[in-house]
Amino acid sequence: MRVVIMGCGRVGAQLAALLDSEGHQVTVLDVNSGSFSRLVPTFKGTALLGDGTDEDSLRKAGIEEADAFVAVTQGDNRNVMAAQIAKHIFNVPKVLCRIYDPLREELYETLGLDAISPTTVLAQLLKEKLIE
Amino acid sequence: MYIIVVGGGKVGYYLSKALLSEGHEVLIIEKDATKVERIEEELGSICMQGDGCEAATLEEAGTERANLFVAVTDEDEDNLVACQVAKHKFNVPRIIARIGNPKNEALFKKLGIDVTVSATDLILEHIEQEVPTHPLIHLLELRGGKLEVVEVKIPSTSAAVGKQLKELHLPPGSILSLIIKEEGVQVPTQDTTLEAEDRLIAVTKPELEQALRNILTGS
Repeated sequence: MRVVIMGCGRVGAQLAALLDSEGHQVTVLDVNSGSFSRLVPTFKGTALLGDGTDEDSLRKAGIEEADAFVAVTQGDNRNVMAAQIAKHIFNVPKVLCRIYDPLREELYETLGLDAISPTTVLAQLLKEKLIE
Repeated sequence: MYIIVVGGGKVGYYLSKALLSEGHEVLIIEKDATKVERIEEELGSICMQGDGCEAATLEEAGTERANLFVAVTDEDEDNLVACQVAKHKFNVPRIIARIGNPKNEALFKKLGIDVTVSATDLILEHIEQEVPTHPLIHLLELRGGKLEVVEVKIPSTSAAVGKQLKELHLPPGSILSLIIKEEGVQVPTQDTTLEAEDRLIAVTKPELEQALRNILTGS
């Protein structure tokens, strides 16, 4: 599978490593070249300096041929915007994005985005661990 | 009218000031507490501290009764999300977003935000009008950008000089509506001969602009 990941933070870098080690073709985009130091040394994919909310950067990252796009920058709005570009402009078959704010997650789910809120997921997980 | 302005930077501040002086009810939503304080000091208590992209903040701001919602922060993605929340959650009838990257105009339109204002584009248009060497100037957009009115100056080096319009084979869909010559203004006909320094006012489609420019100004 060809995957474009926007945001090379802890989550982005780890996801890139996981997919890469399973043989997928991964491109990671970040606006800060320093972030790429989080990638594992064995990473065989592409690390590209660029803004995932800019169509030209996305094209350079190979969004037109990508099977999936994941937006995991620190900014909810950046993730939302990039995910909408990938879905509605480039028609990427599978698009996922992280939205910390549970209310915004709810709204964008109704607007057709596949969004995950770490806030909700983690709170649920912690509760389950506490109660078990 | 009740108008909500998201972003209390320079654009938001002066925009709100102008809207207030026209008698509108204005509320600015701004994240930064120091900016909120300054706005309140200068314009009165018309500012709310909070994130204009959050549904909870917009609810508190009474967004469902807003007639107009304007997002003018300096981040395109924040403006997009604020506008989408206002449109889809609160059904605000009119929405305007400021954009920095001119390419986002098409994107925002596709995502349901019809009216965008791009400072970059506005300044570029003014530069084109002010710089006399520019052979093609955008004067006006019609029908939401599907048509445009442009002014083309015929340089003396152009291959079109001395030719009649019927010899030029202008792209179908481009219409020359006016020729401004030294001696006055004419409505062009197929027999009109072009001269150097003529200025043409044409209606064209954006995708035909390059072809039109090549025919009229190419050497």
